[in-house]
Amino acid sequence: MKVNPRRLPFYVTLFLFVLLFGFGSVRYTGFFSVQVFLNLLIDNAFLIVVAIGMTFVILSGGIDLSVGAVVALTTMISAALVEHHGWSIGVVVPLVLAIGALFGLMMGVLIQVFQIQPFIATLGGMFLARGLCYLISIDSISITDPVYTALSQHKIFVGGGNYVSPSVVIALAVFAAAAWLAHCSRFGRTVYALGGNERSALLMGLPVARTRVLVYVLSGLCSALGGVLVTFYMLSGYGLHAQGMELDAIAATVVGGTLLTGGVGLISGSVVGVLLLGVIQSLITFDGTLSSWWARIAIGVLLCLFCLMQRFLGRTQRGASLPPPGTHKPAQRSDAGAKDAAPSALIMQSHALPPFN
Amino acid sequence: MTHPARIRALTGHRLFWPCVTLILLCLLNTWFNPHFFHLDIRNGHLYGSVIDILNRAAPLMLVSLGMTLVIAIGGIDISVGAVVAISGAIAASLIGGTLVIQNGAPVYVTKVPMLLALLAAVGAALLCGLWNGLLVAGAGMQPIIATLILMVAGRGVAQLITGGQIITVYYEPFFFVGNGYLFGLPFGLYVAAAVLGLLLLLMHRTALGLFIEAVGINAVAARLAGLNTKALVFGIYAFCGAMAGIAGLIICSNVKSADGNNAGLLLELDAILAVTLGGTSLAGGKCSLWGSVLGALIIQTLTYAIYSMGVPPEINLVVKAVVVFAVCLAQSAAFRTMLFQRRLFQRRTGAQS
Repeated sequence: MKVNPRRLPFYVTLFLFVLLFGFGSVRYTGFFSVQVFLNLLIDNAFLIVVAIGMTFVILSGGIDLSVGAVVALTTMISAALVEHHGWSIGVVVPLVLAIGALFGLMMGVLIQVFQIQPFIATLGGMFLARGLCYLISIDSISITDPVYTALSQHKIFVGGGNYVSPSVVIALAVFAAAAWLAHCSRFGRTVYALGGNERSALLMGLPVARTRVLVYVLSGLCSALGGVLVTFYMLSGYGLHAQGMELDAIAATVVGGTLLTGGVGLISGSVVGVLLLGVIQSLITFDGTLSSWWARIAIGVLLCLFCLMQRFLGRTQRGASLPPPGTHKPAQRSDAGAKDAAPSALIMQSHALPPFN
Repeated sequence: MTHPARIRALTGHRLFWPCVTLILLCLLNTWFNPHFFHLDIRNGHLYGSVIDILNRAAPLMLVSLGMTLVIAIGGIDISVGAVVAISGAIAASLIGGTLVIQNGAPVYVTKVPMLLALLAAVGAALLCGLWNGLLVAGAGMQPIIATLILMVAGRGVAQLITGGQIITVYYEPFFFVGNGYLFGLPFGLYVAAAVLGLLLLLMHRTALGLFIEAVGINAVAARLAGLNTKALVFGIYAFCGAMAGIAGLIICSNVKSADGNNAGLLLELDAILAVTLGGTSLAGGKCSLWGSVLGALIIQTLTYAIYSMGVPPEINLVVKAVVVFAVCLAQSAAFRTMLFQRRLFQRRTGAQS
């Protein structure tokens, strides 16, 4: 059987996941059970949703650093509206989802229309969303609303006394929808084309501008939904929730085999990536002697290995005759490529001027 | 030079807007605190709000100077916050966190000589920088991703060094680095000034400035012109790491403790913001060292203003977000085109007729 080299990181991650889970099962008693696996899903449902949004952004060749902050803002708004204003969950959840999408729209417009680098624009978004959390309240707001508490404690039994939380069902539904969107829809194909080569996508007549904005809207929406799940999980709203979640989401996406330059990757890869991060966390918890910071170091090492693997694959692919979508791009992608696509020569000209002119 | 031309030369200067911003912020501070510019001499050194701002801005200045060079070669280093934490953790754990009292008076003990501890901390930071350089120049990774690795793992390493605890330092001579005064001014300021002076010398008196600009504008062309771009990129990431290390020492000494989790948190973002505020384009190429120093001062003055206004310091983030967006839009060609489209259009049609 011939394995597509582009899929190799995905298979490596899947293999690593099985390996680590097997290692845990042999090493620690009680590790090998369906419930431990389901707990991985329960504890990481929100990260799965956020990482799926991030995958679309990275597939399009961008990056979104604001996701963790949007998650925190969502928990904060939900908690404030439910607790302090007595709104019902049926109003709050659609509202926060709309706010997340609107936030993504703002990021997308800044990136697409004003040609601001995604890194910087979403960095500003991160500051803004975290700051807005503290505008609502500096302290944590705990949620005592009966519907929220019922949802957070609800167990859906899947046979054999094992259960999942409603969040897992939502996350799996998002996974199914995202997989369809990425691999079977016109939008998904445009995202891959955009990440593979923006100029080609533009010349093919694909709606590049609209797609890029929509990708950030999708990421904002996923972050907000992730925030709703975090609200269920934590039963509180706090500006410090989900600190560093953007890094976890990026790490899961990269480990799942999505190429950071865009154009190559699978939605299922990111889900396996999240599970891999989760199983590392569980191993450390089960071990008991290892401290929690080993998880961060392990994630860093994994990230490094996968990035190096991507580089290596990128180099070997350069000579091989592979189909064009997502062809290898130089690592230090200069922004000139993106600017070239802009039809106006005036933009090019004025870009050469020093800032603040 | 005629009068309007002189004004245009002034407003066209790349440091004009950062200066104006800083002056406005100072005026804002004076509005809330009439004694803002008031300076005292207490215990033989200068004392006042301005000195306080300069002192607190010193670590950010150092990190921003390193970041300026990294951004000038078209890269970015988002691991500086983690490097700050690592450097502080090493210094604090080597100097040791025990208070020894002999005959009723505290004795200053250190596990290893302080100079050695400081060198080890900066050396470790330099290694972090070299690692980043290796990934970017050697393996050819995207700078954001290469430094993201250390950003994720670095905090874990820092916590590993401190054992997950906040190490409090009791060794008095160490406090001089972050709190000491030399000839009436904070010591950290001299460090920042020395680095700035050295960089200005290297950038303007040697070919280094030209090389950096060449790599930032077009790395491939620079390499084809015979420049050893890999060595240059490697060296600059190492330098940025070392700067973060020194900043880490100052911060650690200033708060007299090392916290692997929170030391230098979001510092990388502040440094990038300072560099951007100073007028250095994130696309690489031209950079302004003085601009980055001004940028760091602007951020610190803004923080000070927010504190003195009595609003919760967390609001700082919203203000920073607004500043980031404003600066980005000001740098955005598309935004400027949109603003000036009508005027340009009129000028063009006027020229044709």
